[in-house]
Amino acid sequence: MTSRPTETANPPLAAWKEESGKTALELSGDWKLGVMPKITGGEGAGWPNSFDTERLNTFDSTLPAYLLRKLRETDVESPSLNGLRDDLRGLMELALKVPERDDAKAQDKEPHAITKLGLRSSKAWLSLMAFLEFTGDTVLSIFRFLTGRCGFRARDFWLSVQECGVGALPIVALISFLIGMILAFVGNVQLASFGASLYIADLVGIAMVREMGVMMTAIIMSGRTGAAFAAHIGSMNANQEIDALKTFGFNPFDFLVLPRLFALVLMMPILTIYSNVIGILGGMLVGAGVGIPPQLFLTEMLTIVDLTQGSLGVIKSVFFGVAIAMAGCFHGMRSGSSSAAVGEATTRAVVASITAIIVLDSAFAIIFTILDI
Amino acid sequence: MSDEAPDPEAKISVRGLTMAFGSFVVMRDLSFDVREKDIFVIMGGSGCGKSTLLRHMIGLKEPKHGEVFYNGESFTAAGSAERMAFIRRFGVMYQSGALWSSMTLAENIAMPLEEHTDLKPKEILDLARYKLALVGLSGYEDYYPDQVSGGMNKRAGIARALALDPEVLFLDEPGAGLDPLSTQRLDELILRLRDSLGSTFVIVTHELASIFAIANNSVFLDTETRTQGATGDPKLLRNRSENETVRLFLNRGETPPPANTP
Repeated sequence: MTSRPTETANPPLAAWKEESGKTALELSGDWKLGVMPKITGGEGAGWPNSFDTERLNTFDSTLPAYLLRKLRETDVESPSLNGLRDDLRGLMELALKVPERDDAKAQDKEPHAITKLGLRSSKAWLSLMAFLEFTGDTVLSIFRFLTGRCGFRARDFWLSVQECGVGALPIVALISFLIGMILAFVGNVQLASFGASLYIADLVGIAMVREMGVMMTAIIMSGRTGAAFAAHIGSMNANQEIDALKTFGFNPFDFLVLPRLFALVLMMPILTIYSNVIGILGGMLVGAGVGIPPQLFLTEMLTIVDLTQGSLGVIKSVFFGVAIAMAGCFHGMRSGSSSAAVGEATTRAVVASITAIIVLDSAFAIIFTILDI
Repeated sequence: MSDEAPDPEAKISVRGLTMAFGSFVVMRDLSFDVREKDIFVIMGGSGCGKSTLLRHMIGLKEPKHGEVFYNGESFTAAGSAERMAFIRRFGVMYQSGALWSSMTLAENIAMPLEEHTDLKPKEILDLARYKLALVGLSGYEDYYPDQVSGGMNKRAGIARALALDPEVLFLDEPGAGLDPLSTQRLDELILRLRDSLGSTFVIVTHELASIFAIANNSVFLDTETRTQGATGDPKLLRNRSENETVRLFLNRGETPPPANTP
């Protein structure tokens, strides 16, 4: 194992000397990364008037960096480089060629806590305003669509339908089936002790159609489709493709947001119904395992799961679809132009849409309780 | 508002334009005219706001002060419907080409035509083919932007900018990232298009060879003073500009000859 050299034959030395009001700095030895230079004499004397590099042997970046640091501390207008060896002077001249910009330095400073609070609040306020503006633009865009004054390309719409509808079938099926099975298992643990295993049919049915089917579909879709919307629109933004749309007279809302919104709002109820059916099938399989024949399971379930119950989840799915599409498109449109910003926009989109789904679901729970459904 | 009236003869007039991001002023008091059939170059050091100026001229950013005029009519003060009419008359090529990545090259060019004309699909395809042929991309109609090289993307970007036969073409750094031969071919393309289509070009660039080869008018944005350093033909500015930064820039920083005012 090789360790960094701690001692050399010719140690680096910076000797500050003062003679009749003038300071001189003698640099000597081998300046090497990892070897602490020895500094002698009054260091606080400011920038030296002259240098002595007679006994300086070799140096790497440590020496110019040391000199530059000294220069920063002293704040001299035009520092003298008298007496520096040519190679060292060349590097110093290069480093000093473009003066440090004051406003560039100011950006690094950590702002005061209150300033930070203010910045954050105004940022939050601005993004709320931006979201309201986005919502307004989307409504206007829908209005234009309804009055036939905007056309997105039908192909974009069908592509989105395929992407967020057909493409999601396998994953929705897998998750829903497993959720149905889990519900049945968990229910059976309790119900079996009362000898009421049959009621897992009711439990699975109600839980799937009212909550779990739509919830799982929505969460899958926000991770899958909401994120894809944000990433796609965000990278279009980064690549100036959205600017290009604007300068060719296309409204980006009509072209990017509307087809995606419509596709997702159309697909969400369908996927929800699909998820409900698959989930109930999952429950039925577990039921068959604990001695409830599928026919009986179905009959028992249908005594409580009627069309009203069945429609609740489907109604919610429309709103969840709007929330996912809006969050995805909003964060995509607002994304910055670097690749990191696109990633950030995607994260924000998923977090925002899942939050929105849960909040909306709670609101629906309250509304349905009041309506006594 | 602007102090001076726009030149009614000029294709584009910029008057007293101040550009800012929030409270950070990028450039102030820009005033210049672009005449018809000019190849007008916006030049200046890196990061001085050249592309930002272009974005102001095409309405992607709103000026803090001042106005942009097309043919003597204010673009800045126009409502959104009037703006559309202006926008239809110009074509823009973005720095990276900015082709719509989910469409083929031909579809990229067809899209503005589908939106703004009543042509039949077959006619549109013919036009798209022709525009691609103009920039030397015959046969690449069905390629996607990520399947062709960066230079081809830029040329396809120019073809798309040409789609609606615009009066003014804005090109953002057409030569950046291309090898000298491709840049030279691009310059030739621009000159030929100007001569045969009679379009006006506004080009953002800092490549001296291109500037001297094609430009006949320019504005220089000075990073130090945050305003325009000079306007006029860069070939004349090279030796005669009173602004030392302009002479240094146009002579690659080599000892500029003293300003001898004509």
